Amino acid sequence: MDNLLKISNGQRVDRENIPNIPFESFRRELVQFANEGGNIVQFFAYVDNGQSKLLAVLRNEANDALYVTGCDVEGSFSSLTKENEKFHMFEREIAEQYGVKPDGHPWLKMVRYHANYNRKPDAFGNNYNFDIPGNYPYFTVEGETVHEVAVGPVHAGIIEPGHFRFQCVGERVFHLEIQLGYQHRSVETLMQSVPAKRLPIIAETIAGDTTIGHNLCHCQAVEALAGLSVDEGASIVRTIALELERIANHIGDLGALSLDVAFNPPAAYFGRIRGEYLNLTQILGGSRFGRGLVRPGGVTHVMGDEQVKLLSEKLAELTPEVEHVSELIFSAHTVAARFEDTGKVSYENAEKIGLVGYAGRACGLAYDSRVSFPTECYDDLPANKNEKTDGDVCSRATVRREEIMHSTDLINTLLERKVEAEAYRPREYQLAPASFVVTINEGWRGEISHCLLTDDAGNLLRYKVKDPSFHNWTGLALSLRDEGISDFPLCNKSFNLSYCGFDL
Amino acid sequence: MYEVIKNRLEQGHRTSKYPKEPISLYKRFRGLPRIDSNCDQALVKLCADSCPQDAIDAQSKKIDLGRCVFCGLCETLSGGKFIQFSQNFELGVANKSDLLTGGSLPELAEHSKKHFKKLFGRSLQLRQISAAGCNACEADTNVLNTPFFDLARFGIQFVASPRHADGIHVTGPISRNMKAAVISTFEAVPSPKVVIASGACSISGGPFYGSDEIVGDLDSLIPVDLYIPGCPPHPLTTLHALLNYFK
Repeated sequence: MDNLLKISNGQRVDRENIPNIPFESFRRELVQFANEGGNIVQFFAYVDNGQSKLLAVLRNEANDALYVTGCDVEGSFSSLTKENEKFHMFEREIAEQYGVKPDGHPWLKMVRYHANYNRKPDAFGNNYNFDIPGNYPYFTVEGETVHEVAVGPVHAGIIEPGHFRFQCVGERVFHLEIQLGYQHRSVETLMQSVPAKRLPIIAETIAGDTTIGHNLCHCQAVEALAGLSVDEGASIVRTIALELERIANHIGDLGALSLDVAFNPPAAYFGRIRGEYLNLTQILGGSRFGRGLVRPGGVTHVMGDEQVKLLSEKLAELTPEVEHVSELIFSAHTVAARFEDTGKVSYENAEKIGLVGYAGRACGLAYDSRVSFPTECYDDLPANKNEKTDGDVCSRATVRREEIMHSTDLINTLLERKVEAEAYRPREYQLAPASFVVTINEGWRGEISHCLLTDDAGNLLRYKVKDPSFHNWTGLALSLRDEGISDFPLCNKSFNLSYCGFDL
Repeated sequence: MYEVIKNRLEQGHRTSKYPKEPISLYKRFRGLPRIDSNCDQALVKLCADSCPQDAIDAQSKKIDLGRCVFCGLCETLSGGKFIQFSQNFELGVANKSDLLTGGSLPELAEHSKKHFKKLFGRSLQLRQISAAGCNACEADTNVLNTPFFDLARFGIQFVASPRHADGIHVTGPISRNMKAAVISTFEAVPSPKVVIASGACSISGGPFYGSDEIVGDLDSLIPVDLYIPGCPPHPLTTLHALLNYFK
């Protein structure tokens, strides 16, 4: 495997050690890797000294090794998506961001609607002097009884914007196409151009419900490139914060799922209880979403005896309530009737598109990066194991129910460790020149990854962000195939993907 | 049914007594900053230079709450000697210029447009528009519908259609890709109508200021009546602003 360099999560690598192989070998290697069950963690373009390049970070089928490889690329390249679906969205993103076209891509259309970064001719024939909508066709199904339903970008609720296009026969959905991009703020180019003091603030707002997850990826990457160490106490706070984020989101979604099948009491209870967990994060660092808590080199707030006591006591109070309300949802046969067999994604399809996180685990893809590539305290914490893997709404809900309890156990274990973090001091740092690092953390939705490249002066050459939603939106589209259109809200909530995390 | 009743009894009555009774947030919460204007200028300059949001004006020793994301760095750097964040969550203002503050804000209730109180004091229907933020503002607005806050008891509701709304509540820095949708939604609301900018993004661009892909401040697109600072605003900040401005 000379064409692939084995790396570790959060390890600084000299860029000169990353294989730069001919495109043909690069393509062959990646396609073979994906065909053998490997997955794509990162696949993106960048420009170095005027040369366009591709870089890929891969995860093997056993989920125990990461590899990196790269190649030079000119104006276009032979699409890999033709051979394997896992490259689909990545290649569209490459075309949009750098104007490098994957020839023969089966569905080459814009991802977010913005001009490319290096002023190349637009890959989609759009003129960005005009606001959205641009030139992008939707997949259509034709026939006498076929009709189309278009929803969004503004939805009927307090939710993020996106456009959903359903091809239906009567109530049945043949195909759903999801067009996002409305939340695009150009996070990646912003991070490459702003002073370092702004970076954690932007990382925290890539996806607000994943504040800790994304900022952990950012801070760990900076720590790797700048040689900063993190003390054990700070790692404990970080791990607890990530697990609180997971619990709060899972609880909120279980409540919302209950509401979507018109079973209101659990929705009201879990709506409030979710807030209790957000308030626990506020006890840790002053913000319900964990803003301002994680910074390169540590955490800004020490968890002292007072906070440990408050957290332990509140968790002891909340845990039975959560168990009871969960039981209320899952023991109701009216709920089961709606959850079971709805929005099914088969194991084969999940594997094909590379689903991650609970959506993947609900289909039988066991990957959990806390276990495979542990950061912070995860190395010596027990893993969760989920049994229900039917790929339907019920499985996704059940995995979340189990993860709430598992995360609670993790937090209780960590609270007993009683190692205080060092008092915070803001760190000045210099990133190592000509380096590469990739960081992976298991956010509540799944695998989050940041990849940083520095130039010879130690400036950021490329900042690549991948939210788990980048993989999983396709899963939601597949779950709607041959479903009733009225089950869309239920399927959607069972995935609850991030619009802004995808749109960047 | 037995399970439903059992859970109902366990859950009990959880709605907050606010605003009839005050509510206090945990001491680590960062609300309205207290500013010591006698602070050493060098320390003030250190805070201003280090502020990720460039929200501090060293000359006037003021902080712009429309830009501030309440990260707390200035408090850490000055050891609380220049800026100290209080737990006061009442941050809403009617005039944008009031957000540049030396540590106090005008009474919101006295700066509301009187006809708004008359029109919307008993019933206010808002259409929320999420426009390119990070979804934290949306999440902590949604929370107002949970039993603890129970926004509907004040006659305030978030509705699905702009046609049913008395105004819009906008979050996010308004991406280029959402600009048209924000304007169309605003235009679809019948007059007289209210415009609320919620969160640092919709007031100043928030964490994304300087990006070519965003408008940055809602005020440059449509006139704003009420500003709710925060990143994201605490649900109580939003609740306080709505109650004081409209009630």
